[in-house]
Amino acid sequence: MSAQTVNREGQLRRVLAVLRRDPLALTGSLVLAVLVVVGVGGSWLAPSGINEVNVDQMLEPPSWAHPFGTDELGRDVLSRVMIAARVSLQVGLVSVGIAIVVGVTLGLFAGYYRGWLDNVLMRCMDVLFAFPVLLLAVAIVAVLGPGLTTAMVAIGVVYTPIFARVTRAGVLSVREQVFVRAAVSVGASDLRIMRRHVLPNIAAPLIVQTSLSLAFAILSEAALSFLGLGVQPPDPAWGRMLFDGRGFVTEAWWLGFFPGAAIFLTVLAFNLVGDALRDVLDPRQLTVSEARRSTA
Amino acid sequence: MKPVLAVEDLTVTIGTRRGPAHAVAGVDWAVQPGQTLALVGESGSGKSMSVLAATGLAPRTARVTGRVHLLDAELTGVTEERRRRLRGRHVGFVFQDPMTSLNPVLAVGRQVTEAAEEHLGLTRRAARSRAVELLDMVGIPSAGQRVDAYPHQFSGGMRQRVVIAMALACEPDLLIADEPTTALDVTTQAQIVDLIGDLQRRLGTAVVWITHDLGVVAGIADTVAVMYAGRILEQGPVDAVFGAPSHPYTGALLAARPDPTADGADLVTIAGAPPSPLELPAGCAFWPRCPVRGDARCAHELPPLVPVSAGHQVRTFYPQPSDGERR
Amino acid sequence: MNQRQRADHELGTVVPADGGMPTQREPAEVVAELDDLAVWFPTPTGVVRAVDGVSLRVRRGETLGLVGESGSGKSTTGLALLRLVEPTSGSVRVAGQDVTRWSRRRLRAFRRRVAMVFQDPQASLDPRLTIGASIAEPLIVHRLTDGGAARRRRVDELLGMVGLRSDLADRHPHELSGGQRQRVGIARALAGEPDLIVLDEPIASLDLSVQAQIMNLLRRLQRELRLTYLFIAHDLAAVEHMSDRMAVMYLGRIVESGTPAQIWRDPAHPYTAALLSAVPVADPQVERGRRRIILGGDVPSPVDPPGGCRFRTRCPQARPACAETDPVLTEVDPNHRAACLFAREAVRAMRW
Repeated sequence: MSAQTVNREGQLRRVLAVLRRDPLALTGSLVLAVLVVVGVGGSWLAPSGINEVNVDQMLEPPSWAHPFGTDELGRDVLSRVMIAARVSLQVGLVSVGIAIVVGVTLGLFAGYYRGWLDNVLMRCMDVLFAFPVLLLAVAIVAVLGPGLTTAMVAIGVVYTPIFARVTRAGVLSVREQVFVRAAVSVGASDLRIMRRHVLPNIAAPLIVQTSLSLAFAILSEAALSFLGLGVQPPDPAWGRMLFDGRGFVTEAWWLGFFPGAAIFLTVLAFNLVGDALRDVLDPRQLTVSEARRSTA
Repeated sequence: MKPVLAVEDLTVTIGTRRGPAHAVAGVDWAVQPGQTLALVGESGSGKSMSVLAATGLAPRTARVTGRVHLLDAELTGVTEERRRRLRGRHVGFVFQDPMTSLNPVLAVGRQVTEAAEEHLGLTRRAARSRAVELLDMVGIPSAGQRVDAYPHQFSGGMRQRVVIAMALACEPDLLIADEPTTALDVTTQAQIVDLIGDLQRRLGTAVVWITHDLGVVAGIADTVAVMYAGRILEQGPVDAVFGAPSHPYTGALLAARPDPTADGADLVTIAGAPPSPLELPAGCAFWPRCPVRGDARCAHELPPLVPVSAGHQVRTFYPQPSDGERR
Repeated sequence: MNQRQRADHELGTVVPADGGMPTQREPAEVVAELDDLAVWFPTPTGVVRAVDGVSLRVRRGETLGLVGESGSGKSTTGLALLRLVEPTSGSVRVAGQDVTRWSRRRLRAFRRRVAMVFQDPQASLDPRLTIGASIAEPLIVHRLTDGGAARRRRVDELLGMVGLRSDLADRHPHELSGGQRQRVGIARALAGEPDLIVLDEPIASLDLSVQAQIMNLLRRLQRELRLTYLFIAHDLAAVEHMSDRMAVMYLGRIVESGTPAQIWRDPAHPYTAALLSAVPVADPQVERGRRRIILGGDVPSPVDPPGGCRFRTRCPQARPACAETDPVLTEVDPNHRAACLFAREAVRAMRW
């Protein structure tokens, strides 16, 4: 019995059922939905431009005109947080995208072919994995120079070993399944078997890992930007804004609070959705009748 | 003679998201001291569930009704704790897969007498010598040394012997053997069948043997109950049921096995599949697949269990001729 | 013409599909042949000699039954015919070609020639694929059909051949019963029109009434399509029923071979005799009256098989000579061979 025996419509129905039963997952999904809308349409939705300097309105506390207050240059913090959402999402998606493409490929080949290839690849991953995440990112940024692109590459490299490991672990168990041997017995090529039989059957742990990594990637971007190694001013990024707000903690708490809150909510949302996805895709979550039906 | 274990009108209903599943839909059977009752049927027939429910081991989602007598005690009315004690003291279990019945990180000797320590109050030292004795009794060579070995150091057949020793540790009045040889090779199966029969004769234990293998039944049973879709379709002395199967299902099952002494004609098959326990038909559950077919009455009215000879009962409106058309 | 009569014919005689009398006397073409095959696997505890010197031939249109207990090497032998395992020594010939040392790439195309049906139909179908997609895999891999419509037609046809409705093509494996799933496994095996189908315990995980359905189906398909089977099972009665010739394996070797009738009525090897006596018969009177040969102990480890005869450690008739000489398969009757120094004699001694 495995999660894969549940077909697609069944999964969609189960996702909906879980959302109905689990208010946390529903909240997480709603927050994510809002984030995507803001990320895509931020520049149109934002009440003012990101770099509209207004020296008359420096460091104003939250008000009806500026719900998140203004910064030291009189810029609207709400607008900057909204527009920065795009950067954060972009960093998350691109860096995790890099990690998935590289990590899943390496893990797939390592797990499928085993032997020396597996040893070489996975020892490299172990070395990467052994570095503290930020130290590795800092080192990469140091070589390539600071900026959004390097930040994304750095974060992508950092998360590659995780995807490689998750993939390899999945491949190791799936390749021992009889249906893989059956595919070999009809003469299917290795590439076909990997694409058609192995990958779809390890999709569940990968989806869960993706949602969790997205949250951590956004955190990493914030940390890099906080250290001044990520997005460069005057472009807004949540981490960068947090960094810039540190000098004003006592006189203008809203400078750091709102970007910080945005990071917090986003990470929380990704984690909630990731947990819910794990529940949906976990075979042990099947009810007795479903399990019996699928083994009968 | 007073039966060791008797169930009356036992039903087991399991709640599922798609409604109640009638795993056992009203069965009566009894096993006499020193005798072997074989419950035979295909997967999903309710043969295992009826025994688990009778001994209080049904899953927690199951609703069990009916009466169960273990020796002099009525099991259905008592507390869970009392039932557990009675079961531990008087019933031993042997399941299909010996590996999952054993704790992989505990020496077999300890496991064999674990129950005896609790129910008979044996000391550690006494338990150890009892363990050696039991392992020796089930034919494990050099039991004195093997008592400290771990399950993975035994072969499949030897593990099942350990499980049997475990089941017999409290000298139970009843042994429940749930497909005990299904996971074993045929020569090992012969060893285990032989062993259980031998122990039964020596210890006078009653046995309820659950199996799908009609050959095994023929060798071990005194009485046999053929189950289908949660009900008994035919029961009686093994010679009567095998020699003159009266229910079309029993006849078809016996004919479905290749017989090396017959010619190689196509095997008799039973078309279709058993009904879902979620929607048992009002009438005879076997009717849609029945080679005899009968009439509308079969479809709408549940046939009662009627006697066809001494102790031999059958649940059909159309009992087959007693000379039996096995082939 | 029934199975028993077929079995009594001379080895390799072809029975026409129409069920008439044999029309030719020369043996049918050999479809697959193993010659002194050994398959050893390195493991942490030593080298497992799963198959250790097996020779056999399967002729077109016949069923060769391979029976043995777990650890006998029967399944590994079947895998070797598809070159799904690497032979340590010996040779594998299929359809006239020696494929023993073929590369992975070359083997891919070769695998159309030999198909396999697995024991557990649930595990052998990819749970993510529809039934139709699983059956179509050989068609796609070997480019046997032109385009989706033709492929769909062929899948429908294959489903019909194994007695399934064509609308099942869009279902997933978990929506089918065990027997239906095994029919799908058989349809997939038929898709490439193979020369040989290896049936590895195809009925072992099915219910009794379904076993009979699958055996009947396999025999009908064999008659209609003139298929060649290697039928691997631990179930002696099923092998007897299905096979034209059969071989008994023990600890990586064939210990006896012959027609099912020869082996069933007159086993020459003590192991075969013990195996036969261990098979329960669904007749209480027979069961009470028969004398069982209960073998002592367990099958020895294939890492370190006994010297001399491999069965001598469990053989009730083992003699000093058995530890000295490793017996080879020797003819005891026409087409009936046993690997025992005291073939027949030992069996007789066990019975009386």
